[in-house]
Amino acid sequence: MSEIKKKAQAAVNKPARYGPDIDLEKYSTEAPEYPQKDLKEIDILDLETLLNAGVDITGSGRSGSFVQVDRSVIHTSQTDEGIEVLPTRKALEIYPWLEEYMWKLVPVDQDKFTARAALEFQNGYFIRALPGAVSTLPVQACLYLKSKNINQNVHNIVIAEEGSEIHIITGCATDSPEVQGLHVGISEFYVKKNAKISFTMIHNWAENIAVRPRSAYSIEEGGVFLNNYVCLNPVESLQLYPTAYLSGKGAVARFNSILLARPGTHMDVGSKAVLSGRGARCEMIARALSTGGEIVSRGLMVGETEGVKGHLECRGMILKGDGRIYAIPELDGKVEGVDLSHEAAVGKIAREEVEYLMARGLSEDEAVATIVRGFMRVDIEGIPDVLKEQIDRAIKLSESSLM
Amino acid sequence: MLLEIENLSVSVEGKELLKDVNLSLDKGETRMLFGENGSGKTSLLMAIMGLGNYRIESGRIIFKGKDITNLPPYERAKMGIGIMFQRPPTIRGLKVRQILDLIRHDGSNPEELAAQLNFTQFLDRDLNLGFSGGELKRAELLQLMAQDPDLVLLDEPESGVDLVNISLIGEAIRKLLQKDLHRKREKAGLIITHSGFILDYVEADKGCVLVNKTIWCTGNPHEILEGIRKNGYEGCLTCQR
Ligand SMILES: Nc1ncnc2c1ncn2[C@@H]1O[C@H](COP(=O)(O)OP(=O)(O)O)[C@@H](O)[C@H]1O
Ligand SMILES: [Mg+2]
Repeated sequence: MSEIKKKAQAAVNKPARYGPDIDLEKYSTEAPEYPQKDLKEIDILDLETLLNAGVDITGSGRSGSFVQVDRSVIHTSQTDEGIEVLPTRKALEIYPWLEEYMWKLVPVDQDKFTARAALEFQNGYFIRALPGAVSTLPVQACLYLKSKNINQNVHNIVIAEEGSEIHIITGCATDSPEVQGLHVGISEFYVKKNAKISFTMIHNWAENIAVRPRSAYSIEEGGVFLNNYVCLNPVESLQLYPTAYLSGKGAVARFNSILLARPGTHMDVGSKAVLSGRGARCEMIARALSTGGEIVSRGLMVGETEGVKGHLECRGMILKGDGRIYAIPELDGKVEGVDLSHEAAVGKIAREEVEYLMARGLSEDEAVATIVRGFMRVDIEGIPDVLKEQIDRAIKLSESSLM
Repeated sequence: MLLEIENLSVSVEGKELLKDVNLSLDKGETRMLFGENGSGKTSLLMAIMGLGNYRIESGRIIFKGKDITNLPPYERAKMGIGIMFQRPPTIRGLKVRQILDLIRHDGSNPEELAAQLNFTQFLDRDLNLGFSGGELKRAELLQLMAQDPDLVLLDEPESGVDLVNISLIGEAIRKLLQKDLHRKREKAGLIITHSGFILDYVEADKGCVLVNKTIWCTGNPHEILEGIRKNGYEGCLTCQR
């Protein structure tokens, strides 16, 4: 048995550090094999749901596409010379060196979910921008749950080679609100020297889905990593806490997350950044809105080298119901000369702001909606307009649930 | 009369702030409201707009012949009342451009109005976030210009504003109040001023003083200001009415 498998085996019962525990026995990795499809022929999916998760089924305005349903990768395509999109298993066959990138950033024995992903590895996406390749059109990846009680385990690898730039949008969704399932996603991203990755993830899960992504990002000298995470739809339980390793000189990472928890939703979401490269910079911005659900919003910045700079901002708003928002910003300066700061605020909608807008002629409902929309609108820089529009669209769609 | 306030008494959390206030304002009239700190000037404006937890204990507010005493603020706004807040709140994520689009009356052009106030570079900023004193006032005026109300309530438009900004602001207020029209002037203004500086920029028809929770006297604004400067607000109390 390989070293990886051995380590995984030892961790099969190791609970995750955060989030409610999940009984893996409740879910099955069995699922039918679905045939390969052209993007336009993808009929088994609910197109509306997909689009809401950021996947454009026409493939227009995208430089590549990847669709996995349960365990089957049913589609991969690419239109840009410099960008490769492959199922991870296929990529491992083609590129023996890829083994080196697997489980290098995420420890396989982190918890039972990483162990499960290693022992029951299904597939996932491999996306790579060749050296110097710059693609302004995003690559889209869709992970879809269809079968009852399905446990989907994916392992994704993204590599931006030196001087390249790539934008990725991932949509995750389910076939119908009744589907029960567990999604475990391992993602390891490599931003090489002077490269840039923007990664926008829109989760469109359902009431009965548990989600355990396990991600880590390596950012080398001059590299830029932008991460936007949007989860505004119901989800039974979501816990993620990716780590960015800013090891290169002048490496930059920016995390934006926009979360909405309705009654019955539990989210434990955060990000961690280890700043060890000289002049590395990181910014984390979180917006957490509860209409009755629970959100734990974490953030941790570790400053390991003099001159690194990090700022963390978390704003939470409890709009109605007996929701809970628990903000836990953490700063860990390990040497002299680090510059780390945070601001966190959790509150209700300010009456003063509502009245201000009412005095301008907006009805109370319009005023509240306007303020909440503003609250969720984070200025996101460095991503293509189509992705900004996609995020705005997701926010708009969630608005009806706020009143 | 455009606005008629009759025997208005207002309290907040059981504390009486205004008692038997009577005030009426004609179409086209500009009125200055004086009064020392804490005398209830802001409370009066808030009550006219229907804001805050101000309780109307007795009396009525009539606007354009309609009793608005119990109307929600947005209906008063729709009827043509606009207010400049003394301390406007910050609304994150809401761009100045966006609020203008939400509140503007047909035919107004936010870009043009912003240019008049030298405010173009603020259109894509979050509303009031990090604005200086003068910028806050200009943002308020810009919104009022977009709304174009018939009755403009201004709460200390000159406070915290430097000399360069004050003439810009004075000019904007003159426009809002159609000061260049004479016979055909329709817009009315009720302007709170502590210092009276705004009188150097905007001519007022009358002034009145809020003392002892009520409108004590009404008269020539310059004379009233002169009197306050000489004898203080206590002087008002001994003054013959
Ligand atoms: N919402 C409120 N709650 C409690 N007290 C208030 C409130 N609003 C105003 N006051 C009090 O009422 C008095 C008048 O306030 P205000 O109208 O702001 O005066 P001015 O604008 O003339 O300075 C002050 O003593 C102030 O502290
Ligand atoms: Mg005041």
